[in-house]
Amino acid sequence: MIFSTRFHARLAEEGINMSDWLARITGRKSSADEAKERLKFVLIHDRTDINPETMEKLKDDLLKAISNHVSIDMRSAKISMLHEGREQRLIAEIPLKPGSDRR
Amino acid sequence: MTAKISTITSGKGGVGKTTTTANLAVSLADMGQKVVCIDSDIGLRNLDVVLGLENRIVYDLVDVVEERCRIRQAMIKDKHFNELYLIPAAQTRDKNAVSPSDMVRVCDELRDDFDWVLIDSPAGIERGFRNAVAPADEVLVITNPDVSAIRDADRIIGIIEAEQKGPANLIINRLNPQMVKRGEMLDADDVIELLAVNLLGIIPEDEQVIISTNIGKPVVLEPRSRAGQVFRNIARRMMGDDVPLMDLDYKDDFFHKISRAFGGGGN
Repeated sequence: MIFSTRFHARLAEEGINMSDWLARITGRKSSADEAKERLKFVLIHDRTDINPETMEKLKDDLLKAISNHVSIDMRSAKISMLHEGREQRLIAEIPLKPGSDRR
Repeated sequence: MTAKISTITSGKGGVGKTTTTANLAVSLADMGQKVVCIDSDIGLRNLDVVLGLENRIVYDLVDVVEERCRIRQAMIKDKHFNELYLIPAAQTRDKNAVSPSDMVRVCDELRDDFDWVLIDSPAGIERGFRNAVAPADEVLVITNPDVSAIRDADRIIGIIEAEQKGPANLIINRLNPQMVKRGEMLDADDVIELLAVNLLGIIPEDEQVIISTNIGKPVVLEPRSRAGQVFRNIARRMMGDDVPLMDLDYKDDFFHKISRAFGGGGN
């Protein structure tokens, strides 16, 4: 008990919100964070009409096309939508395999 | 005099369009402005009860559109302000009785005699919403900090921009600072980031709003109401006054900051 009170005080001193901190140790996000993440996802699809299936297919096709020319790390390739104001942008982050640029 | 036509809409129902329309109308009238508000929610009339004018209705918007009366005959004068009027919605007609061009015509007729025409839009994205937006010079979108209201607000903002009525201005209603503090409600910053629009104001959840609606006296007429103070500040922003937005930091006492940042001298 003493431990926890002291601990709490220290958290407060450091300006750390208890619920944030609890969320951090338990690895759980706050429901507000979850709402924000879910909304981000939903709004992207509402705005663009690109459903997750289409997105996956796009990603596959894109990676296939690129790998015809350079050797890429398929597993850590990321393709995502970026909000810029109310505009959407498709962002691809595709790591090359080491040494692939040297021929 | 050339009235500015301002439409209050939301997408989702029940987020506070009518309450906002009534309170902004009263705030503007209180600032000496000549104001008409139009309830464009045909079949689901409500602005009359929020303003406490339900017993005075003789003619309505559909009567004006169908030329059964002159526009002045359908305008109900407010109890508190001589230069505040309501044109009520028809309660028994279907919503197709009015078209977007009818709304443009009615508003054009009002333009010369007033400073503001506030249009209370129905929920949804159908005819009633199109009617409300057609004559608008500016559109205010009301949302609550919850997922469905925000999602619908986003749809509405997209349509408003596509119709060249943008940029939309956002009012976040019913924000509960304690819940935000606990991480159980989206913060205004999050909402703005998600929707990427101008923020016109953040109205905190306030029981006084319901009490005021019970008695048909808009909450801005209660000098001590937090929500009332925010409505007055939003009206000032609509007038072009530079009233700073609150500092969205919930670590400190929220309401202290709200009143300080909004320039209200109250406390």
